Amino acid sequence: MTSITVNNQVLNVDAAADTPLLWVLRDHLSMTGTKYGCGMALCGACTVHVDGVATRSCVLPLRQVLGKSITTIEGLSKDRSHAVQKAWLEIDVPQCGYCQSGQIMSAAALLKSNPHPSDAEIDAAMSGNLCRCGTYPRIRKAIHRAAELLAGPAK
Amino acid sequence: MTEPADRGRRDFISAGVAAGGGLLLGLTLSGSGKRASAAAGGAKSARTASQLNAWLKIGADNSITIIVDRSEMGQGVYTALPMLIAEELNVNLDAIQVVAAPVGDAYVNPGNGGQVTGTSNSVQDAWEKLRTAGAQARLMLTQAAAKHWQIDIGECRAINGTIAARGKVLTYGQLAAAAAKEPIPKDVKLRPRSEFQIIGKSTARIDSPGKVDGSAEFGLDVKLPGMLYAAIAQSPVLGGKVKTLDSLAAGRMPGVRKILSTDSGVVVVADHFWQALQARKALDVSWDPGGNLRLDNQLISAMLKKTAAAGAGLTARADGDVAQALKAAQQRFNSSYELPLLAHATMEPMNCTADVKANGCDLYVGTQVQQVAQVTAAAAAGLEPSQVRVHTTLLGGGFGRRLDVDFIPAAVEASKAVGAPVKLIWTREDDMTHDTYRPPALEELNAGFDAAGKLTAFSLHIVSPSITARMFPPVKGVDDSVIEYAINFPYDVPNVAVTYSRQEIGIDVGYMRSVSHAPNCFVIESFMDELAAAAARNPYDFRMELLRKKPRHRRVLQLAAERAGFGKAPAGRHQGIAFMEGYTTHLAAVAEVSIEQGALKVHRMVCVVDCGQMINPRIVESQIESGIVFGLSAALWGEVTIAAGRVQQTNFNNYRLVRGNEMPEIDVHLVESSEPPGGIGEPAVALVAPAICNAIFAATGKRIRKLPIGVQNLLRPA
Repeated sequence: MTSITVNNQVLNVDAAADTPLLWVLRDHLSMTGTKYGCGMALCGACTVHVDGVATRSCVLPLRQVLGKSITTIEGLSKDRSHAVQKAWLEIDVPQCGYCQSGQIMSAAALLKSNPHPSDAEIDAAMSGNLCRCGTYPRIRKAIHRAAELLAGPAK
Repeated sequence: MTEPADRGRRDFISAGVAAGGGLLLGLTLSGSGKRASAAAGGAKSARTASQLNAWLKIGADNSITIIVDRSEMGQGVYTALPMLIAEELNVNLDAIQVVAAPVGDAYVNPGNGGQVTGTSNSVQDAWEKLRTAGAQARLMLTQAAAKHWQIDIGECRAINGTIAARGKVLTYGQLAAAAAKEPIPKDVKLRPRSEFQIIGKSTARIDSPGKVDGSAEFGLDVKLPGMLYAAIAQSPVLGGKVKTLDSLAAGRMPGVRKILSTDSGVVVVADHFWQALQARKALDVSWDPGGNLRLDNQLISAMLKKTAAAGAGLTARADGDVAQALKAAQQRFNSSYELPLLAHATMEPMNCTADVKANGCDLYVGTQVQQVAQVTAAAAAGLEPSQVRVHTTLLGGGFGRRLDVDFIPAAVEASKAVGAPVKLIWTREDDMTHDTYRPPALEELNAGFDAAGKLTAFSLHIVSPSITARMFPPVKGVDDSVIEYAINFPYDVPNVAVTYSRQEIGIDVGYMRSVSHAPNCFVIESFMDELAAAAARNPYDFRMELLRKKPRHRRVLQLAAERAGFGKAPAGRHQGIAFMEGYTTHLAAVAEVSIEQGALKVHRMVCVVDCGQMINPRIVESQIESGIVFGLSAALWGEVTIAAGRVQQTNFNNYRLVRGNEMPEIDVHLVESSEPPGGIGEPAVALVAPAICNAIFAATGKRIRKLPIGVQNLLRPA
C-alpha cells in the first residue's frame, strides 16, 4: 500500500510504483475526470496539479508523487465555483468535452502564477493542451474572463 | 446510409404511463423493422411487437426527461434537440434532464436509414418531429387540467411547466398521470417563427456543467462493479491476423487474468489497465500479415493513377454534353489533385465496456451507430440482438470514427471469456495505427471556355475507394460518400460531368467529418480559382457571376468578401476565397495568409454561414469554429502514410494537430434565416484548405494540388 495526497485527502493505493499517476487516479481511485489522451505528455488531457504546478499525469510514476499534494479536476472546487470553471460555463467552452479537464487545470495553474496573462502568455501556457474540437478561441476568451473574475467583482 | 427513408412506418404516436405515474410520450411502431435492418448492414435489430420509443417523460415529481436519440460528440445535440421539445412544451431548459436513447426503431434517422448520428442532419431530422412531440404533450397536459377543473381547454394556458386557469395552477407533474390517458392530438399546429421563445436564442449548453467539473461520463470513464481492464495487440500490418501466440510470460505478469486470441487481435485482461499494458509488451505474437505487406503510399498512388487512366468511370452527374463542349472550346484547362489518407484522432481513443452474461449483454460505448453496435456485440457474444442493451455514453469526439464498431467485438469476447465486465481501451498508438482512415483520392478536372470567354464545360473524375461499399454492402454504382459534394457543383455551367471510379486499396477506409465535401470542395474551389486566373478574372467576381441565379449562394459569398475586405489585404498579406453549399447550409470563407521565406502563416479565417433557422446560435458558431480548426489541421499537416502495410504515424508527435498557439483569428458571421435548418457540424471543414491554398496562389503564384500543404515549397518561383 502506498499513501498519496489527492485533493487534500490522504488515500491508500495498491498499485505498482511505476504506475502512472493517471491510471492510479482513474482506475484505483475512480477519479475519472482526468483523461487519457496520448500517454506521452503530448496532449495535456491528463493535466493535474502537483504541488500547484500543472503536470502531465500520464508520464508521472506513482513513486514520484509520494509526499506531494495532488489536485485533480474533482478537487478544483466542490461546486464548479473556481473562476476558471465559471468562465468556462459563461463562455460555453466545451464541445465534446474530453480534453476540457486538462485545459481547465492548465488554465487554473497559469492564472495562479500569472493573474493577468496576455494572449501570448496564454498561448505559451496552453500550447501543450490539444483540443480536436477546436475550442481554442473560446479557451483564450474564457481565460481572460477568469482573470477578470479573479480580480474582483465585475466592472 | 444509402437506403431510402421509409417514413410511412413512423405510424403511431403513443402515450403511456411512466413508472411511478407520469406521462411517457413516444412512438409505437409496428411492422417488420425493415428499416432498422437496413441500417444494421443486413442484420436484425431488437424490437418488440409494440415497442414504445419514448422521447419525453414527465414524472409525478415534476421531473422532465428528454430522451435524445443522437449521440453527443460535441456538436450540441444534447442541447439543441431538447430545445425543440422545450419550445412547444413551454418549459425552461434548466428544468430538463437529458438521457441517451436505447436502441429503438423510432430512433431511426430516415435521412441516414438507421439510428445513426452523422451527415450533420440531427436537427433536420428532429425539427418537425420533436416540436410536434412537445406540442402534443402540452396539449394533453392542458386537456387533463381542463377536465380536472371542468372548464374549457381554451381557458387553460401552459406556462413554464404548469397549466394555469382562473387563478389556479397545476404542475405538469401533478397532471402527468391524467394526461397519459388523454387521446393524442393529431394535426398539431406548431408555433410560428415569430413566436419562438427558445429556438434561435443563444443558450448555455446542457452538457457543459459535467464537462467543467470532470463528472461527464465518456466511454473511457465507465466503471462497473467487478470490472476488469483490457488492452489489445493488433496486427502491425493492417488486415493481418494472429498466427501464433505464446502468452506464457505475459500470463505471469501481475494482475493478469486472461489472455485470449480473437479475430481483432490478442486481448490481455487484467485487474488494472496499466497491468494489461505491461503484460501486452510481454506477449510473443507472430502475425500472418495478410495481403498488405507491400502496401505503401507509392503503391496507393500508382493504383489510383492507373484507374484514373483506365477511363472516366461511372456517371454521377451529367448536364449537357461535356465532351462536345470541351471539343468546341476555345480554351481548355486541366488539372489533377491528390488527397491523402487522414486519421480521425478523436481525443478519446476507441474503447468499449462489455458485460456479458448468459442471457444478455450490457454494452457501454461511445458510438454513432447504436443498432450496428448492438448487432455486432450480439454476434460476438453469441446472443440475439434483442439481448444486447446499448448504453450510449458521451463521445470524446466522433468525427465519423465512431460510425465504425471495430473496437467492440474484442471487448465482448473478453467479457464473455472472463465472466466479468471488461473495459477494453485502445492506446493512442492503437488508435492512430488502426483507424478507419479517410480515403485517399485522385481527382482530375477539365474545363473549357468558349470564344466569348464563357465557362462552358466542367468535368470532374474522382478515383477513390468506397466507404459505403464496406459499411453497407452491396453498393452498386456511385458512392454518395465519395461524390456527394461533387454532384452539388454549384456553378452555372451548361455542360457538367462528374464521374467516379472505385479503386480499393486493401485497407478499411471510413467516414470522416465533411466526408465527400472536404476533398471535393478543395478540388472544385481550387480549380475554380485556377480558371479565374486563366480567364484573368478576380476569383470573387468569377464565382459571383457563375452564381448569378442563386441569391442565397451569392449573399454568403458577398458577405464573406465584405467582412474580410477581400481584395484589400493589408501589406504582406494575401487572401483566398472559397464557397460551399452542402448539408443544406451555404457558407463562404476568406483566408488571409502571409508567406515569409517559404513559411506559411494563416492570420485570419472569415466564415459567413447561412444554415437556415438556427436553434442555438452559440452552438452554431462553435461548430463553425470547430470545423475551421479541424480543416486547418488537415490542410496544413494532415497525412497518414503507410510503409510495408503499417501506418507510420503513431501519436500526436508525428500526427500533427493545430494547437492553441498556432491559431489564426477566426471571425464567424451567422446569417439570420427563416429557411429550414441545415447542418452545421461538418460543412466549415471543407472551406479551409481551398481558401488557404487560393491565398497561397495569390501570394506566390504556386498552386497547391496535393494536400497537406505541410512541407511543400512555397517559395515564389524565381
